[in-house]
Amino acid sequence: MEGSQVRSGWPLYEVFLRGKRGLNHVHVGSLHAADPQMALHHARDLYTRRNEGVSIWVVAARDITASSPDEKDPFFAPSGDKVYRHPTFYEIPDDVPHM
Amino acid sequence: MTEDEFAAYQSLSEETEDHRWAFGTGFTDPLEGIDASVPDGVDAVALATYCLMLGDDALIYSHRLQQWMTRLPELEEETALANIALDLLGQARMLLARAGRAEAPRRPDGSGRDEDELAFFRDEHEFRNVRLVEALDADFAELTGRLLIFSSWRLALFSRLTDSADPVLAAIAAKGVKELTYHRDYAAQWVIRLGDGTPLSHGKMQAALDAVWPLVDELFEADSVTAALSGVAADPAALRGEVGAVLDAVFDAATLDHPGAAPMARVAGKSGRDGVHTEAFGYLLAELQSVARAHPGATW
Repeated sequence: MEGSQVRSGWPLYEVFLRGKRGLNHVHVGSLHAADPQMALHHARDLYTRRNEGVSIWVVAARDITASSPDEKDPFFAPSGDKVYRHPTFYEIPDDVPHM
Repeated sequence: MTEDEFAAYQSLSEETEDHRWAFGTGFTDPLEGIDASVPDGVDAVALATYCLMLGDDALIYSHRLQQWMTRLPELEEETALANIALDLLGQARMLLARAGRAEAPRRPDGSGRDEDELAFFRDEHEFRNVRLVEALDADFAELTGRLLIFSSWRLALFSRLTDSADPVLAAIAAKGVKELTYHRDYAAQWVIRLGDGTPLSHGKMQAALDAVWPLVDELFEADSVTAALSGVAADPAALRGEVGAVLDAVFDAATLDHPGAAPMARVAGKSGRDGVHTEAFGYLLAELQSVARAHPGATW
């Protein structure tokens, strides 16, 4: 069939979904689509079949900048030993409300 | 924090009854709490026949869409069409169940036929669907063209049925409107993409519309059953303007010519709504009913 060379021309989109009880969109998967509007419809058809969400974001995968695994150490290791950055490190006096 | 800011976080801390689901269940039954008896002054047999008409449209078209599974160009389209076929099957189940219950008091033994019996054990001449839904689509363009026409028409019809005097029909229509809005949107986007696409896709889409158009006139023909149900059913002739406007808008955006094919002839004055169907229908019914008829009364 003549169309077979053109078949995989659709770009990849990453799908983020927010549930009814959620505050943030979470990544649920990816799909192929010809343009952003089609990607939105495909996301609705593929990722909301079990009533998972009320809001969909689709982002073209080429627009996402991701950290590389080679840079794992310089990026993430220095925060591992700084315990004073966690709120649980501090003792709250008994007479301080709402914390 | 102010009260408004707290409210958003409170929904997170509410206990759900089912702790397996990350996003909550929230399943609703559209027919919950609705009085299922036939309203006073409504002809029960006519109501049952009307529900059969609408239910058969959905049942047969759902079967045709299901036959497209594994044959679509992309995986995402497979799921989209499967969702559409499933929505229509759900509408068919509710409508056939309603028909069975409405006709029950008038039958000789007083018991109504259930949805399975109506779907699998009626013969060809007892089906009341329009002939538009019977044909096998030649290609993807015909699939989306037929889906556009069917869902535009059915959406206009169901929008009017939400005010029906029969509460069950109104509830089914209210649920159906949400589903059909998406079906129409999906089909329209594809017709526009194919029509306003390459010369090849434009040619195929135009040919598809010309092939399907002879069966459109039948959708707007009045019949005696609808006439006997004023206040309950929606007059098909009144839908022609609205549906025509929607289709014209889509054809304009798709740079397609409005099809001019003449309507398909009736057979001795009868068509789908009277139980007279096209040749393709016999094969469709044989496949649809084969398992149930081979093992009557079987359960999974």
